[in-house]
Amino acid sequence: MSAGAAGQQQQRRRQGSAALRALAALGRATRHLLAAIGHFSRYALLTLMHMLRGPFYLRELGAQLYAIGYLSLPVVGLTALFTGGALALQIYAGGVRFNAEAVVPSIVAIGMVRELGPVMAGLMVAARVASSIAAEIGTMKVTEQLDALVTLSTDPMKYLTVPRVAAATLAVPVLVGVGDAIGIFGGYMVGITRLGFSEVAYLRNTVDFLEFWDVASGLVKGAAFGFIVALTGCYCGMQSGRGAQGVGRATKTAVVASAVMILAANYLLTELFFSA
Amino acid sequence: MIELQNVHKAFGRNQVLKGIDIEVARGESLVVIGGSGTGKSVLIKCILGLVAPDAGRITVDGHDALTAERTAFLARFGMLFQGGALFDSLPVWQNVAFRLLQGRGKRPRDAARDTAIGKLRRVGLKPEVADLMPAELSGGMQKRVGLARAIADDPEIIFFDEPTAGLDPIMSGVINALIREIVDEMGATAITITHDMRSVREIAHKVAMLHGGVIRWHGPVDRIETSGDPYLDQFIHGRADGPIESVR
Repeated sequence: MSAGAAGQQQQRRRQGSAALRALAALGRATRHLLAAIGHFSRYALLTLMHMLRGPFYLRELGAQLYAIGYLSLPVVGLTALFTGGALALQIYAGGVRFNAEAVVPSIVAIGMVRELGPVMAGLMVAARVASSIAAEIGTMKVTEQLDALVTLSTDPMKYLTVPRVAAATLAVPVLVGVGDAIGIFGGYMVGITRLGFSEVAYLRNTVDFLEFWDVASGLVKGAAFGFIVALTGCYCGMQSGRGAQGVGRATKTAVVASAVMILAANYLLTELFFSA
Repeated sequence: MIELQNVHKAFGRNQVLKGIDIEVARGESLVVIGGSGTGKSVLIKCILGLVAPDAGRITVDGHDALTAERTAFLARFGMLFQGGALFDSLPVWQNVAFRLLQGRGKRPRDAARDTAIGKLRRVGLKPEVADLMPAELSGGMQKRVGLARAIADDPEIIFFDEPTAGLDPIMSGVINALIREIVDEMGATAITITHDMRSVREIAHKVAMLHGGVIRWHGPVDRIETSGDPYLDQFIHGRADGPIESVR
């Protein structure tokens, strides 16, 4: 065999093994992803089962309702206010092109209660709550507080996960409702101060075109997003690695994963509720 | 009696316990010594069921640690963790009374608080400490609160994981004396993990040395100086030269 042919054969072999390595890496990543989905699904199922069986830590539930619900009100309210205002401006700017400025109040209302209210509240709660839950539980794991709970005959799933998930599932729909109202108010303020709407016409258009299911679907989405946020925060905290780096990674993963899951769940729920 | 038979545990490729056989009689205070990373903490976590052994059997008064009813099994234990492991979000008295505030033996909050204050007094802390948060306490105070929590429900068996780690010599002496007094007065069975030879001499009835995943030496505390075991000799005298590699 000539030196040139041998070189070509060696190069082909190298390319072949590089392709195999890439394929193996892809296989490993897929396997890890599927394993993570499996673990997370099992954790979600266990949480649901524990939510139905006592003991229930009502004091913890109350504390979490305060921490997740009440303390998230300012950030959700401010986000909704600005989003409602910006939405009114955008719809007006688009509507002017085909003389449909009058739809601003109804589109702001429908857009807020069906989509932006729940999604914005969900994302804000994900940023604020998923991170803090993951950091708190991760730190508890690193400092052996989870082990201490077990030695004190207390199941961390029941004491930590269930109250947080239940509180978020109950509190986020309320936050969505409050966010919806504030977002519509933001649109109203922009409508009457910047876009020339009369107060009465704006309010009538808002109320007349809004249906019960528009609001209810947003609240259901809120409950689903609350469940996702708290569950992801708890799961990432429980899976946290050692040291500050492990807790930091758990916190980051909790926020990113819950945000992605909220957006995916939002699409699926919209398909379910409103598909033609 | 706590009995371990041929207990094995590995984490990945790291075989930590390679066949532990040991018995701890009721009311006995056993101190487990050994270098860092030799599996001392894993050993007590296996007994508590926090870590499942890969092989072997652990029984407490004949009840298998893995199959016994968890709540009743764990109710017999108290544990002082190395870093205290106090719950950051709860005031000191609720940390101490944690077990008394939930579960089957749940007590009214006032009664639980009174018990917690009594246990805090027992470990030399004033009642005013009860309403502080753990973050407001010094390391020594946190250890004492952890000790008060470990004895809050008068357990039959108490584990102490590095009770004097990170404390100054005076505070170490105080904690050692407290452990000895409490174990004696409660008649509890105790297993203590430590590197601190002063703790060994003050707390132990018996000593077990863990090395290479097995119990290297086991005997009464008054025989550690004359054991003739080169591993134990090197460890208790803190020598760099000897059969135990200083770089691990």
